[in-house]
Amino acid sequence: MVLSEQDRRLIVEIQGGLPLSSRPFAVVGERIGLCEQAVIERVSAMQESGIIKRLGIVVRHHELGYTSNAMVVWDVPDERLDEIGNILGAQECVTLCYQRTRRLPDWPYNLFCMIHGKERDRVSAYIDTLVEDQGLHDIPRKVLFSGRRFKQRGAKYL
Amino acid sequence: MNDLEKRLLNEYQKGLPLSPTPFADIAARLGTSEALVLKILNRMQETGIISRVGPVFKPKRIGASTLAAMAVPRERLQRVAEQINRYEEVNHNYEREHRFNLWFVVTAPDQVHLDRILAQMEHETGYRILNLPMEKQFHIDLGFSLWC
Repeated sequence: MVLSEQDRRLIVEIQGGLPLSSRPFAVVGERIGLCEQAVIERVSAMQESGIIKRLGIVVRHHELGYTSNAMVVWDVPDERLDEIGNILGAQECVTLCYQRTRRLPDWPYNLFCMIHGKERDRVSAYIDTLVEDQGLHDIPRKVLFSGRRFKQRGAKYL
Repeated sequence: MNDLEKRLLNEYQKGLPLSPTPFADIAARLGTSEALVLKILNRMQETGIISRVGPVFKPKRIGASTLAAMAVPRERLQRVAEQINRYEEVNHNYEREHRFNLWFVVTAPDQVHLDRILAQMEHETGYRILNLPMEKQFHIDLGFSLWC
């Protein structure tokens, strides 16, 4: 899907959230000179083509009481990356799972996943269970718990 | 949180109805009124439990983004974090327990802009950035389960 100028204006308008009103798409349309139906069609097209991964409520974990967040990083042999990435990505409490570029010698880890929990001990226990159940002992890993949260808001893409 | 609030959060992190009246549709499915759904969402947005009702975009499909890390001496961390926070392009910025102790996500309209910002941050703070762009996504993004 190729984004038109109109689509880009639409993205700028909705990236910070839809207006919480009866006719949110009509309100958005008014701001950028599109009719309600056209806004719905474009958003729907972006969702179908995968540009929009999901459309709905975006929660803030910390405010919900999920104050313990662990970024678990793994140094996975390249040939096992898809296999292990798919296992971790499918776990219910894993919110993100990405392959990222290795930066040797500083940073050997190429698979990242995020686990949120209400208590640190429970998150640690969850990770131990995950390693145990999936037989991941031989994959070097590090658990980086979060400390201070300096900033958290939605991304501005355009 | 009451049952209605929990159901809203659990069931509508994805699949907002693409109709002219999405909140009325949600209300009908949950057996309540549009006014109440909007009131709850407004309040959650004000108190910060939810950041928005809207789209989550797939990285790499629009704009350019990366996860960046810095190793900053403990006593300078707060100050460097504030310097990083000042960039419009930064949306998440956390301290983490590691030699690389400052982790932030940078999002820009394109790669050139992104690279320029990273260089500027290194110059301004005096610390090198570990630039870890995403190569592949494995998780199925269904939002966050409140049972975790």
